Amino acid sequence: MPNAEPSPPNDMTEQDEDFALRSLAEAHAADRRYKASKEELLHFYEQMLLIRRFEEKAGQLYGLGLIGGFCHLYIGQEAVAVGLQSALKGGLDSVITGYRDHGHMLAYGIDPKVIMAELTGRHSGISKGKGGSMHMFSVEHRFYGGHGIVGAQVPLGSGLAFAHKYREDGGVCLAYFGDGAANQGQVYESFNMASLWKLPIIFVIENNQYAMGTAVQRSSAETHFYRRGTAFRIPGMQVDGMDVLEVRKAAEIAIEHVRGGNGPVLMELNTYRYRGHSMSDPAKYRTREEVQGVREKRDPIEHAKTELMEMGVSEASLKEIDKRVRTAVGQAADFAESSPEPEASELYTDVLVETY
Amino acid sequence: MGVEIKMPALSPTMEEGKLAKWLVKEGDEVSSGDILAEIETDKATMEFEAVDEGTVGKIMVPEGTEGVKVGTVIAVMAGEGDEAEAASAPAAEGPDEQPAPAAKTKDKAPKVEKPEQQLKADESDAGAPAEKGGDSKLETGTTQLASEVKPATSAEIPHGTNMKSATVREALRDAMAEEMRRDERVFVMGEEVAEYQGAYKVTQGLLDEFGPKRVIDTPITEYGFAGIGTGAAMGGLRPIVEFMTFNFAMQAIDHIINSAAKTNYMSGGQMRCPVVFRGPNGAAARVGAQHSQNYGPWYASVPGLVVIAPYDASDAKGLLKAAIRSEDPVVFLENELVYGRSFELPEMDDHVLPIGKARVVREGKDVTIVTYSIGVGVSLEAAEQLAAEGIEAEVIDLRTLRPLDKEAVLASLKKTNRLVVAEEGFPVCSIASEIIAICMEDGFDDLDAPVLRVNNEDVPLPYAANLEKAALIDVPRVVEAVKKVCYR
Repeated sequence: MPNAEPSPPNDMTEQDEDFALRSLAEAHAADRRYKASKEELLHFYEQMLLIRRFEEKAGQLYGLGLIGGFCHLYIGQEAVAVGLQSALKGGLDSVITGYRDHGHMLAYGIDPKVIMAELTGRHSGISKGKGGSMHMFSVEHRFYGGHGIVGAQVPLGSGLAFAHKYREDGGVCLAYFGDGAANQGQVYESFNMASLWKLPIIFVIENNQYAMGTAVQRSSAETHFYRRGTAFRIPGMQVDGMDVLEVRKAAEIAIEHVRGGNGPVLMELNTYRYRGHSMSDPAKYRTREEVQGVREKRDPIEHAKTELMEMGVSEASLKEIDKRVRTAVGQAADFAESSPEPEASELYTDVLVETY
Repeated sequence: MGVEIKMPALSPTMEEGKLAKWLVKEGDEVSSGDILAEIETDKATMEFEAVDEGTVGKIMVPEGTEGVKVGTVIAVMAGEGDEAEAASAPAAEGPDEQPAPAAKTKDKAPKVEKPEQQLKADESDAGAPAEKGGDSKLETGTTQLASEVKPATSAEIPHGTNMKSATVREALRDAMAEEMRRDERVFVMGEEVAEYQGAYKVTQGLLDEFGPKRVIDTPITEYGFAGIGTGAAMGGLRPIVEFMTFNFAMQAIDHIINSAAKTNYMSGGQMRCPVVFRGPNGAAARVGAQHSQNYGPWYASVPGLVVIAPYDASDAKGLLKAAIRSEDPVVFLENELVYGRSFELPEMDDHVLPIGKARVVREGKDVTIVTYSIGVGVSLEAAEQLAAEGIEAEVIDLRTLRPLDKEAVLASLKKTNRLVVAEEGFPVCSIASEIIAICMEDGFDDLDAPVLRVNNEDVPLPYAANLEKAALIDVPRVVEAVKKVCYR
């Protein structure tokens, strides 16, 4: 019998047909994982492994004093960038993130050498050594940084989405930010305008459980971040950020919605960073057991590896990938160490584009 | 007993307006809240409501009258029980009242007619209460910033160019409209820029011509929309982000500095950010400390930004067009008190001026006054007074605060050997401080006297009219400083 069950009085969504608050989450629940071919999963595996080995090497170079300042490693979160960015249209869709940006660059297939050389502050770095770990860009790939002020990338990403819509080029923007940034006021200013103007943007909260050293429970009144768009009529999705195929599937659902002109989507990717917030973080706010537990039970790379072996990929061919990745990272480190520092004259270039 | 209805001040800067339309006629009964008339101000057309009930006795100023001074009696109401005719007596008082001293107007302040202007209209003036008696030469600080002396025609304008009279407001609007016609990527966003036609009418008419895709009303969310504008520039568009005033841009300063100014450098020249942030800057009339500040020195201290602060209509137009075309992020500082001033504007197909070049707005041989924005008018007035006393002052309008035209300052110093900086803004770490440093570093041998600066007092801008007057720069202070460096 229709209408037998009256909606709960405070559930407005039942009476608001235009508002697809839960439809995306429901679509994702019905079909959680992307059905990757062996080749696709191998490719994801290699990308994730590259990020991990690259970041481990960066940690070593930091310890040797070759990398200075702040250096935020992406270890543990690899499946997020790889899964999401694999679903984008290359050369059209844009991506922006915060300062933990090495992984997002690598997920684009950008040469690890110019990324590592940026970390060591060398002329051949992707920003000529002037940006450093937190400020890397590849306009060619439509990767717009690399931003050091927590949360700033969210309105900037909304601006990129605005440009897509203005040009009517069919592109979408993926704006990553963390559970810490999710408490910044400008994030909600952006939610409001993005939803109001139906901007083609996916807000991606990489919830790695800690805003620097503050656990989400100690900083956030609503720890289910995917719900935080509700007040702005932005549908939310909660995704296991440790499973690259689940991430990929969720990305497809979100992108289809956004590219269809339906306005923004908010995705919460539950993930975990194994290392400290930055290299100088002693990580006293959590136990070794907690970190070890995630490593053993939820590691995205081990997960993919197991799945590949179930698909019939041999141990030997996985070892071959591992070797290839180690070689690439080793070469990147050598390049980054041996490249010259920027010319002194570079100090004064690129301040302004024009001469007045 | 008749009650006078006077021309209301509907904005902090309104001195006169047009009585566009009467919506009542003599003998009509009105009650509180009825619309009596439509009044066109320098910013908008506003409805003027009755506060009390009564009968319209006599209409003193017919509709269509332009230039009706604030405080002029425009109608007389017959009070309760009065006959309409009985109220016709005090007719002539209005116009006669015009030259009345401030105190008189103030004494009459508790007028019966308190325009219950729509709150929105008040907000358009940044939340400021309507100032009473703006015509009365009330002794406020901003009246002393007025100026009748016009700058000399800029050397960049070809000789023989036809000139027309235009306000700075019109010049800015025309600059945006021309650039929007020229380049599809240019759009304007900000609070009340579209349907409201601009809080200060600067974007008037743009929505009609370019539509809501390119003229975009934002929510009141400066941090957010400054970020969106900056991101859109990174994504290849040419945004003009209007701040209702630069005081509100403090909410957004992170994006202006950290996102817009630094990106090109941090990316090794890969990622440009051709955005224009514009809006009124500096002290307005009686709006208190939070709405009255000159941010020129703040932005001018940041590498990666271009900072422009024009004075007259020609510079406003020519430099705004250049700013929109620039590949760099530009902070474009306007001045509310100057919006309504009329100047000569060249009639050219494409009037674009060079960024980073100062301009001699008055030639002189005895002393140099370096200034910018509203300080130009004050300095020109001072130069006139000084000329009467035999001192010929050269007045340099910096126009661009970053990059600063050091050469123009030093060339004038070489000629006059004496220099004063006049700046409507705080004295500490000011543009004046910078000019003095430049003179010390690069012009020391040309100096016959220490450089002096005339700035606002080093206090938050007060509300009280007398204190505001004391806080802001004025002509006598500039004159005094010039005489001092001339040892006169």
